[in-house]
Amino acid sequence: MYKYDAIDRQLVNERVAQFRDQVRRWQDGELTDDEFRPLRLQNGLYVQRHAPMFRIAVPYGLLNSTQLRKLAFLARTYDRGYGHFTTRHNLQLNWPQITDVPDMLAHLAEVEMHAIQTSGNCIRNITTDQFAGVAADEVIDPRPLAEILRQWSTFHPEFAFLPRKFKIAISGTREDRAVTWFHDIGLHLVEGPGGETGFRVIVGGGLGRTPIRGQVVREYLPWQHILSYCEAILRVYNRFGRRDNAYKARIKILVQALGVEEFARQVEAEWVHGKDGPATITQAEFDRVAAHFVAPAYETLPAADREFEQRRQSEKAFARWVDRNTHAHKVPGYAAVTLSLKPHGVAPGDITSDQMDAVAGLADRYSFGELRISHEQNIILADVRQSNLYALWQEAKAIGLATPNIGLLTGIICCPGGDFCDLANAKSIPIATAIQQRFDDLDYLFDIGEIDLNISGCMNACGHHHVGHIGVLGVDKNDAEFYQVTLGGRQGNDAKLGKVIGPSFSAGEMPDVVDKIIKVYIENRHTDERFLDTLDRIGIDPFKNRVYEGRAHGRAKAAEKEAA
Amino acid sequence: MAQLIKNQAVAVDAWKTLEIAEGETPETVALPAGDVIFPLAVWQARKAEIISCHKRIGLLITPDDRVEDVAADLDYFIVIAVHFPRFVDGRGYSTAALLRQRYGYQGELRAVGDVLHDQLFFMKRVGFDSYALKDGKSVDFALAAGFTPFAEPYQGATDQPEPHFRRRSA
Ligand code: SF4
Repeated sequence: MYKYDAIDRQLVNERVAQFRDQVRRWQDGELTDDEFRPLRLQNGLYVQRHAPMFRIAVPYGLLNSTQLRKLAFLARTYDRGYGHFTTRHNLQLNWPQITDVPDMLAHLAEVEMHAIQTSGNCIRNITTDQFAGVAADEVIDPRPLAEILRQWSTFHPEFAFLPRKFKIAISGTREDRAVTWFHDIGLHLVEGPGGETGFRVIVGGGLGRTPIRGQVVREYLPWQHILSYCEAILRVYNRFGRRDNAYKARIKILVQALGVEEFARQVEAEWVHGKDGPATITQAEFDRVAAHFVAPAYETLPAADREFEQRRQSEKAFARWVDRNTHAHKVPGYAAVTLSLKPHGVAPGDITSDQMDAVAGLADRYSFGELRISHEQNIILADVRQSNLYALWQEAKAIGLATPNIGLLTGIICCPGGDFCDLANAKSIPIATAIQQRFDDLDYLFDIGEIDLNISGCMNACGHHHVGHIGVLGVDKNDAEFYQVTLGGRQGNDAKLGKVIGPSFSAGEMPDVVDKIIKVYIENRHTDERFLDTLDRIGIDPFKNRVYEGRAHGRAKAAEKEAA
Repeated sequence: MAQLIKNQAVAVDAWKTLEIAEGETPETVALPAGDVIFPLAVWQARKAEIISCHKRIGLLITPDDRVEDVAADLDYFIVIAVHFPRFVDGRGYSTAALLRQRYGYQGELRAVGDVLHDQLFFMKRVGFDSYALKDGKSVDFALAAGFTPFAEPYQGATDQPEPHFRRRSA
């Protein structure tokens, strides 16, 4: 992974000193609360329900074991011994003291980490695919460009005070795994006529209050130009994005207001001036950064390990884990492993300091000392020898991170919600755990098969509910917490927003609602049909009818019809 | 009164900024004598008149103004003030970058309005060279620390057009 050089190190150290001084001035009254707020936000520091929330950047999801041990140390020393991985690969701590944060940043800087621009109206952490560099279907490794984007966006002087936050994702596989359709800018790999690397530039996507699928502003942009092109997009946005209403300030609103053709015209007119300018990425710079992401020292191994196959035949529990939690690797004899941060009954994405230390050990012993965080809030060990899978599984089981539910109903994506977050309309974690408890039977869970269930505590959509096959959104009805359900959302190349099925439910009803939805699927599925396939074939009405059967809502509707 | 920093030192501000009071319009407002910074709308409405009676002319650009509209006039101005109504309104950074990088403006470029210590570095990078620091903020501290929180930034900007990766020794 990328190793800091003297300049990178100097910048994060200077950032620590700068923030330490800002905190001091705020305490001394030299900075007002209003003046301090954007400064602390750009260091990932929110003031939340219980205490400040501190968000640490995990750039494009990549960590080494030393860094994870440092995170464990920080959570143990300055917080309550656990942290929460978010859908943007970052780690959140829920109870640090503001005055400790400068020291925490100093600790992070020691291991080449920071909290720069993890919040605030600026360019946020760049995200990509958790299997970058090892996916069997990868065309290019997006990590060098993600790092180049990270450096370019760090303290960009023109774009530190945008109308609103700004998120960029980059994907190097043909099948998009970085949710590029739902970012402010999504860069999705497209090969040029001669096989050159380029990107389709998608702008104005986003979940949140106004969920919109992004639109293509340019079909093909050679990789050398991504910085200058992003600058052109950002300049148009910085100048003309709305600043009068925070809810209408994201770039998606500007793109909608202008229409994508006019927006693209303005970007292209702007880009004429920056194209081929100094921001053009040189081959030398690409090569310098890419050299940090060379493949580890893989051994030449047979494609299938005999003992591994035998274990898999003989132990059902192991076979299940292999089935759900390991992924094809481009190198024979290796696999990528997902450690599930979704054990039933624990807040999705949460991990204790002890678990972090243990995972760091697993990474050292089994995966070249590196790991990744996925936007599904799990940890990936990307380079595990097949012959080590059994031992790894046993160790992961012992620390509670081997639930075989990746891609299954209980592998829920869930935001912190009303238990922690000030913006929440409703709690989200108890919904997740109640559903996990209801579907605690592994046989049944496997029988149900692949399904994404995503939960957000408010329309800010940190839990990506719009793109869950089943999406759950916390809403506020006369000061009570309710949940709206959507069906049919999805990520990937055919990314799509889910459709609301009808009036919302109370927390207590939610496990039953999900149960009914699943039953309709099971009753209607053809062999080999996944949930989504059945849903696409039969439409949402059968699900709706079952869920609302016998509810006041259904009767009221019938009465309405009769009256009409 | 805001305190002026110019060329990395405290400076005396000889310029007055013309304010359009209620009931006045750019077309009707009286044009004062002396070194005056004119709002863009006044400049557009009264260009010939201003040129005829002022040797030294300043221009005020607010976030809603389009810098393109005065791009052809830049040679007239000794100072251009870019107004930041609130420091979190970042439009002035793009205005400054365009003035310097695209339209080649060489005169004094002044940040006015909600100009605070922690934004000076960014302002300097996009091309400002004078700063009307907000009242109550320490000029000495700004001069000592405000412009140099980071010694070597990554990306190109007005003050250093080449990004760091182009200046690396191989
Ligand atoms: S979706 Fe809403 S409740 Fe959940 S973390 Fe985001 S802002 Fe908070």
